[in-house]
Amino acid sequence: MLDSLLALGGLVLLRDSVEWEGRSLLKALVKKSALCGEQVHILGCEVSEEEFREGFDSDINNRLVYHDFFRDPLNWSETGEALPGGPLGALRAMCKRTDLGPVTIALDSLSWLLLHLPCATLCQTLHAVSHQDSCPLGDGSPVGKVHVLGLLHEELHGPGPMGALSSLAQTEVTLGGTMGQASARILCRRPRQHPTDQTQWFSILPDFSLDLQAGPSIESQPHSDPHIPPVDPTAHLTFNLHLSKKEREARDSLTLPFQFSSEK
Amino acid sequence: MFLELNNLLNTTPERAEQGKLTLLCDAKTDGSFLVHHFLSFYLKANCKVCFVALIQSFSHYNIVGQKLGVNLTMARERGQLVFLEGLKSAVDVFFQAQEKPHPLQFLREANAGNLKPLFEFVREALKPVDSGEAGWTYPVLLVDDLSVLLSLGLGAVAVLDFIHYCRATVCWELKGNVVVLVHDSGDVEDEENDILLNGLSHQSHLILRAEGLATGFCRDVHGQLRILWRRPLQSTSQRDQSLTYQYKIQDRSVSFFAKGMSPAVL
Repeated sequence: MLDSLLALGGLVLLRDSVEWEGRSLLKALVKKSALCGEQVHILGCEVSEEEFREGFDSDINNRLVYHDFFRDPLNWSETGEALPGGPLGALRAMCKRTDLGPVTIALDSLSWLLLHLPCATLCQTLHAVSHQDSCPLGDGSPVGKVHVLGLLHEELHGPGPMGALSSLAQTEVTLGGTMGQASARILCRRPRQHPTDQTQWFSILPDFSLDLQAGPSIESQPHSDPHIPPVDPTAHLTFNLHLSKKEREARDSLTLPFQFSSEK
Repeated sequence: MFLELNNLLNTTPERAEQGKLTLLCDAKTDGSFLVHHFLSFYLKANCKVCFVALIQSFSHYNIVGQKLGVNLTMARERGQLVFLEGLKSAVDVFFQAQEKPHPLQFLREANAGNLKPLFEFVREALKPVDSGEAGWTYPVLLVDDLSVLLSLGLGAVAVLDFIHYCRATVCWELKGNVVVLVHDSGDVEDEENDILLNGLSHQSHLILRAEGLATGFCRDVHGQLRILWRRPLQSTSQRDQSLTYQYKIQDRSVSFFAKGMSPAVL
């Protein structure tokens, strides 16, 4: 399920937390898109371009177009080097693209955008970007699928903005895990079908390939060492837990005080 | 610096990692001992340190620093330490004419301002100088603490933006480190502080969280320290991601022990 996230177009929310970071999964999906021949645009607000490109080989890196909003997102340097219009301008420019091929837009991160832009403006822009394929160009030729991957840090936003983004998204992936093993809970809304909810265990290899797994491995679960036999707690007690046959018979034949009988 | 804490973090002044953001937070206790640790750690590592000290006076940090083996006065005189004493210089904003904006200029502004002047102060303090003086190893920014900026009227996003620019300049451009302290308000509902704390947590490489004991004050165990290394999912490192220790603060050191293993109860 995790490896077919990009089959649907539209907005995919990657919800991560402090304990389970989502940038690695974002990079793994970016790599998948690039390997499929798609053009990939990265709106980089949280980490430097070097850090984002780290781990990708040159084939992948050549397919990535990085829009750098890490160095000077608010134009404090006033050198004129900052990209005009800021991140919102760059996102809006992607709505007006003229090429026809499929494209993936990775937002690193959607949380940064949500903290700096009004929620309604951001939602309108996201809707326009992710639904371009349903609005063909003026000459009637169809536009390729658009995937928008948005990294969202769950703890930073209230239920209102989170709900608004959820309603826009076709797919929501919530990262979690246990005992060092990462999992992704995938909530998928396909048109005219029931939403599906699945959990997929996975790990990400150093080259950012996705390795899907069955579940937390047995070895990593804490259990008693098989070489030490389980201890019988009833052994070596200083009191008697068991009844002899005579004691059992005496107990069974005892008349309880609240029972009526002919002797009473 | 506290040698036991260095052991827990598996680091020494000679081989500390560079380009990292370390987040210190405290909940129901005083985590300032961590600030003193990192101040003396990086001075001993021969780093150029910019200390934005908003909570205590210079002499307070100096007295504690001397117990930990560093002399802040001498470090400042030889140019290794740039010290912004918030308590003193905040008054200058109002009573002294400045040619350029004061680092704490936001105190004068009626509307929610930004920390661009403070960032420019930090950038100026840590920019590399090639005058041939004794070369410092790498620059370090230390802030004590960020929560007070929220109390002074700034929004959480403004403080996050300040740290963003500090990360871009100090960590990425200059390959230095940033260490900041934020208080965790805990039960008290403080949305702005929560946004600040969670936002910084997502950007940090290492989080040290000092917590008071759930059962209250104890003479022999002053609190517990949770250490969280934030590593990417695709990292192959086998080291523990998270450790918890209890600690006791003494006059010149802090001793750490596993939960329930305080020498007082063994």
